[in-house]
Amino acid sequence: MSTPSTAVPVHPAAPSATNTGMTPPPAQSARSRTTERVIGLLALVGTVCTVWLGLWVTPPDRTQGDLVRLVYVHPGVAWVALYLAFGLAAVSSILYLWPRTRSLFWDRLAAASVEVGVVFNICTLVSGSIWGKPTWGVWWAWDARLTLTAVLLVLFLGYLALRRIPAEPEVRARRSAFVALFAVLDVPLVHFSVNWWNTLHQGATVLNPGLTLKIHGSMAWTLLLGFVALTLVFVWMLLVRYRIGVLEDWLDANELDAAVAERQAEGATPAGGAGAGDPLGSGRDPGDGAPSERVGVA
Amino acid sequence: MAPVAPSLPAVSLRGAVALSGRFPLLAGVDLEVAVGETVLVEGPNGAGKTSLLRVCAGLVPLASGTLTVLGLDPVRHRTAVRRRVGLLSHASHLYDDLTVRENIRFGVRAAGGDPARIDPACARWGLTGRLARTPAVKLSAGQRRRAALAVLTARWPEVWLLDEPHAGLDVAARALLDEAVAEASAAGVTILIASHEPGAAEDLAHRAVTVTGGRVTADRELRPASPVVDEGRATDGQPSDGQPSDGGARPGAGEGAGRPAGTDRPTADVASGAAPQGRVAHVA
Amino acid sequence: MWRDAALVAGKDLRIEARSRVALTQVAPFGIVALALFAFALGPDRATMARGAPGLFWVAVLFCTVLAVQRSVSVESADGARDGLRLSGLDPAGLFLGKSVAVGAQLVVLQAVLAVGVVLLYGARIQVPWMIVVSCALGTVGLAVTGTLYGALSSGLRVRETLLPLLLLPIVAPVLLAGTRIWQAAMTGGTPSDGSQWLRLLVLFDAVYVAVGVVLFGSIQETA
Repeated sequence: MSTPSTAVPVHPAAPSATNTGMTPPPAQSARSRTTERVIGLLALVGTVCTVWLGLWVTPPDRTQGDLVRLVYVHPGVAWVALYLAFGLAAVSSILYLWPRTRSLFWDRLAAASVEVGVVFNICTLVSGSIWGKPTWGVWWAWDARLTLTAVLLVLFLGYLALRRIPAEPEVRARRSAFVALFAVLDVPLVHFSVNWWNTLHQGATVLNPGLTLKIHGSMAWTLLLGFVALTLVFVWMLLVRYRIGVLEDWLDANELDAAVAERQAEGATPAGGAGAGDPLGSGRDPGDGAPSERVGVA
Repeated sequence: MAPVAPSLPAVSLRGAVALSGRFPLLAGVDLEVAVGETVLVEGPNGAGKTSLLRVCAGLVPLASGTLTVLGLDPVRHRTAVRRRVGLLSHASHLYDDLTVRENIRFGVRAAGGDPARIDPACARWGLTGRLARTPAVKLSAGQRRRAALAVLTARWPEVWLLDEPHAGLDVAARALLDEAVAEASAAGVTILIASHEPGAAEDLAHRAVTVTGGRVTADRELRPASPVVDEGRATDGQPSDGQPSDGGARPGAGEGAGRPAGTDRPTADVASGAAPQGRVAHVA
Repeated sequence: MWRDAALVAGKDLRIEARSRVALTQVAPFGIVALALFAFALGPDRATMARGAPGLFWVAVLFCTVLAVQRSVSVESADGARDGLRLSGLDPAGLFLGKSVAVGAQLVVLQAVLAVGVVLLYGARIQVPWMIVVSCALGTVGLAVTGTLYGALSSGLRVRETLLPLLLLPIVAPVLLAGTRIWQAAMTGGTPSDGSQWLRLLVLFDAVYVAVGVVLFGSIQETA
């Protein structure tokens, strides 16, 4: 997508003095800007409604009291983090690795998805913790879901750590994609392991809060709205992060173009490009009979 | 391992751009090397000589442009190309804990070379006796270079890429090296030598190209290519993208028999500004 | 592929035989880890015996990280990694060869740690074959994932810190499975207790061996 070579100035006169080097930043198309705004707006509205409904309109639970209102948040962020973000990152990474569909678009999408996913993941763990303390009496319980979420968080963080290492976009993309692929393969295995691991210790399996609640009526609608709102928030953040990624890559490519230009200027003959008839530059010896020198203009 | 037919170049680069991170190692190289030719690559530090050799060895992928080695794409036919190309780089690729002989043995066998040639190669480069049983970590730079050369001569690939081969060698070893290169050149091996010391290598080379700023900026002939025996064996694999030259017919080594320098090569008509053909390709 | 694998495994094992890093550094580190666990969990032997399976496997994981780091750093001296690429070795063979070498070292390390656990924690093993099988399967899984991540991180300056972060979460299933099987082995469980975990280990191994064989070539060119 942004292969720098397409912008390499080939004409010999170009690399020198007058070239300031910067191509204009990729403009965001009007359509994508509208999409971003609309989704952002919907996400905002949805979130506000959810908060309002969740905090004031819906009734408290018989056993858990007001604590149950976390059900509008916790499963929602968990769904986004575990399935949406991770799933999207996995699919994008695989699509990047697949030669037919290889394109930096998938890499940027995966990276954006993982970053936003980390945020939601942390929210999942925090909301779970907050819910767990009053309900179970502990800040953390090794129940299967929470544990899987924690492992996923660490996998995400490893992915991000790898991406921070400076490298060319394609190299970084491939490395990240491999790591994502390995993580994807691992997740089902971890899922089974942790589930089996947990069921052997019946005492600690104090249930996923969501399962013990009977949700109906206004609570069900609010729950659904919550899911939708959080999904929209994810999508909006994804779009913005993706756009930032595009701009980052553009910045890198520009630096690259400038570097290529400088590199070419290193060897080019001064002032005057085409060089036919210009015996400067290589300064090779004249003692070689007919000077069959050519200045190669590449 | 059928050799490339003489009409196809051994190495062909067109507009090759290679990157390391954000830095362009090569910024658009055009170069063609015929089978059996020995080419000297010159240029200042940091010009891209090493990068050029590494690119030809397939270690560094191109960001743009085309490259074919022995008619094959080094990216798609990785193993095939690497088995037929030998790179002598600054590093010697030796394992510290293994002895010299074990290192050479591994190097040759890993590249699919003939194990029977290991001992003669060791003897040739003076890596015998106690030295052969020394762990590689204890070797001097010159000895390491000799070990790498032993691997190269034992493997005897079709293309040799030598990066500053004379560096670190004593007088005796340099003589051995020149001898080896001459022998290889006479046997039809394609050799690219990147060197700061043109003196020694110039005697060996047919051509000298200058690399500056990541591009080939000059190309001159030193002596005619000696005739390569063309036994008419067909090439294997796909025809290369780099068909012999744009425009000018560059005589393949096979046809070069007996031709004096300059024939068929556009001689220096620099002043006339005539577009030179053949040897150095132009901006497309 | 097999020929190349044998060549590489032989080379790595010969290097290990010469330098004896696994034997003289990693194994003692494993023992030190066991001692640290003992200090941490208190002198009550009952506690330690109960915790022995988990502690064993955690110590094994630490040793795996060290062994893999060593396997990767062998190639970084004098540009040997480039040398391996240049030689045209079959990448799948290279992957298998390095995994076998790491695996062989892990087997020895596990034997040492197992003896340590029995002696130091008073663990009593009732069903030995389960121990052996779990260690064997676990070794395969650890060796291949270690080699994969080692290759991914091999060119990077931050490899020492990045590798554990990437590798250890991935091998969590091996830890869980190994611990459960050991527990069953120590409490005299029947084979059926551990069978699902054994199946999990087999699946884990199969997945990552397949992934490595297919993708190692691409990974090599990336790093």
